[in-house]
This record gives sequence, C-alpha cells and structure tokens, in this order.
Amino acid sequence: MAIAEIILDATLIGLLLVMGLGTLHTRRTGASIALFAGFGMILALVWARLGAPDLALAEAAIGAGLTSALLLRAASITEEEEISIPARRQWLSWLFVAVVFVWLALHVIRLSTPVDSPSLPNLVAGHLADSGVDHPVTAVLLNFRAWDTLLELLVLLLALLGFRQVARRNQHPYDADSHPAPWPLLKAWSRSLAPLLVVTGMYLLWRGSESAGGAFQAGAVLAAAFVLLRLSGQLPVVHWSRWTVRLAALVGPALFLTVAGASALAGEGWLDYPDGMSTPLILLIEAAATVSIAVTLAFLVSGEEEDIAE
Amino acid sequence: MTLLLEALCIALLMGGLFFFLTGALGLLRFPDTYSRLHAVTKADNVGLGLLSAGLALSAADFQSTGFMALIWLLVMASGATSAQLLARYQREQDQQEPPTDGDR
Repeated sequence: MAIAEIILDATLIGLLLVMGLGTLHTRRTGASIALFAGFGMILALVWARLGAPDLALAEAAIGAGLTSALLLRAASITEEEEISIPARRQWLSWLFVAVVFVWLALHVIRLSTPVDSPSLPNLVAGHLADSGVDHPVTAVLLNFRAWDTLLELLVLLLALLGFRQVARRNQHPYDADSHPAPWPLLKAWSRSLAPLLVVTGMYLLWRGSESAGGAFQAGAVLAAAFVLLRLSGQLPVVHWSRWTVRLAALVGPALFLTVAGASALAGEGWLDYPDGMSTPLILLIEAAATVSIAVTLAFLVSGEEEDIAE
Repeated sequence: MTLLLEALCIALLMGGLFFFLTGALGLLRFPDTYSRLHAVTKADNVGLGLLSAGLALSAADFQSTGFMALIWLLVMASGATSAQLLARYQREQDQQEPPTDGDR
C-alpha cells in the first residue's frame, strides 16, 4: 500500500512539474493556456491528496476552470506575440529562480521537522464550538480570520473595476467570424448542464458550514454555469449599466463591511460577532458573497463583448 | 464468491486501463484530428465506464457507486459534446483550406 501511495504521489509531482514547465516554455499562447488548465487540475488533485478538499475544489473551479477561460478570452483579444527574453537578462532570471529555490528548500527542511508546540489545528479545534459553524476551514475563513476573507472580496471587486477600465480603453472591433453561431448540440448540453451546476453551487454553499465547500467554490460553479449559457447564446449580454448587476457585484463586500462596521461600533470589536449571532451572520455573509463572487467572475470571463464592439 | 468478485473487479480495471493506454497512444500517434478524437473518446467512454464498474464492485456502499455512475455519465456526455465541437471546428478549417498532405 505504501509503495502504491509513493508511486501515486511521485506521478502527481512529476505531472505538476512537467505541466508547469510546459506552461512556461511553450511558445504558442493557446497551448500554454491548455497546459495551464491541466496544471490546475493536477494541482487540485494534489490538494485533495494532501487532505485539503476546500482548496482542491477552489483550485479546480477557479484556478483551472475560470482562470483558463479568462486567459483564453484575453488571448483572443490581444495579438499573438513571440515572447523572447534578451540573453543578457536570462542569467538574471536564472539567478532569481536559484535564490527562490534555495529559500523554498530551506523552508521545506524546516517544515519537515516535527513541531512540539500546540499547533494551529489544535487551536482551531479548541475554539470550533464558539465559531458558529462545524467546519474548521469555514470557521477560520469567516470567523477567526474573517478579515482576510473580507479583503479577498475587496480584491475581487478591485479586479472587476480594473477590468472595466482596461476593457473600455482597448476598444476592440467585434469580429463576427470569431464568434460562430452556437451549435444545437452545445445549446442542448449547456441547457442540461446549467441546472446541474446551479444545484451543485447551492449545495457547495449550503454544506460549507459543516464540510468542504463555501462561498468561493459555490460562486465559481455558478459563474461557470453563467459563462456556459452565455457562450452558447442562451443568455443576453450582461450590461454593467444595469443597477441589478452592480448591486449583485457589490452586495457581498457591502454586507461584510456593514457587519464589520456594526460589530466595531456597537459590539465587542471589529468583526467580533455577538454571541449566538455567529451562525446566521456567517450564513448571510456567505450567501451574499456567493452572489457577488458569481457575478464578478462571470463578468470577468464573459464580459459585455457586444458593448465593447459598439 | 468473493474470489469471483475480486477477479471480475481486476478484469474490469485492467480493461479500463487498456482503453486509457490505447487512447493516449492513439492521441500521440494517429495522423489527423478525427482519428485522434476517435481514440481519446474511447478512453472517456469505455475506459472510464470499465474503471467505474470495477471500482463499484469493490465499493463499500451504494452511495459511492451512485457517485461513480453519475461522474461517468457526466464525463461521457461532456466528452461526446466536446469531441463533436472539436471535429466540427476541424471540418470548418478543412473546408477553408484544402488539405495538402496527410498531416494537418
């Protein structure tokens, strides 16, 4: 059994390295993006193998799925450009890689020595009862370190705003040839897949309080459903000018900030939920964050292409 | 009985493995997009089906068997759809520029 596990781990590590190197060293952008998607899937498997299903789900949905779609879209609106680093700078990049490698190797050596002090997992497990949820990862993300999650939501919002600026500046003529009419089979498949994705997304959100899952995974799956329907021409273009779209993108960070502000002014302190209110507050924040994440990711990937064309 | 079950399980897993190996080999060695798609989709459909059947025989409960059947159906449907899309794209490319030789 041990040998089989070593073989599996070695295969995963080997695949991860090959995919990563392939992504960096392929000259053609399309092939590089395809390898990046494969890299994300292998990385998700590695996280699952390390016993981190939350990260595996997030990596598979966001890292491999939506990021690749985002890269493909970016590649389709920018010109193919041969990337070549001047030889003078190549040794600099090798030096950088060597320094980072040595630094990481030192950390790996330090991590492999056992730690005696009461570690973080024990600390979390000891306070899990006070957190309002049953899953340690959710407890950390939305209670103990809710500050980090709030900032993550704000980063996503900033990314959306930045995307709006860039998309407006680089007005790109709409190319009818690159968007062929969606094919009946693709339409039929997206129609049957989208309800399944919605159910899966809601399920991931709901079970986030007791096991792997949560707002980011659920939002990514919902965004994937939207992108699929949008690509097959089943949904109209989303216009940023519509107030419902803006509200949906803002509701997560806004609600989170409101809770943070209210708990700082009227309660115990910044993001310190009042007793007994933890569970409903966390559920409410997660639900609102799911909506915002779904809308933001869907908007980043599918955007308002026809608007840009005008 | 358990011996028979185990033998059947191993036979199914081996069969699945065979389809995955030949699918990968076909993807690397076959000359054009259509035959490559033909090889790869066999791994998705038959290979994964045999693997799930073999694993279902050794599964502890019906829930995991159900999960595997669901995964197989979803992968098969998405594999069939994407194979059709890729083949259609390739046909459009072929119609735009007539092929000059076998490798394209």
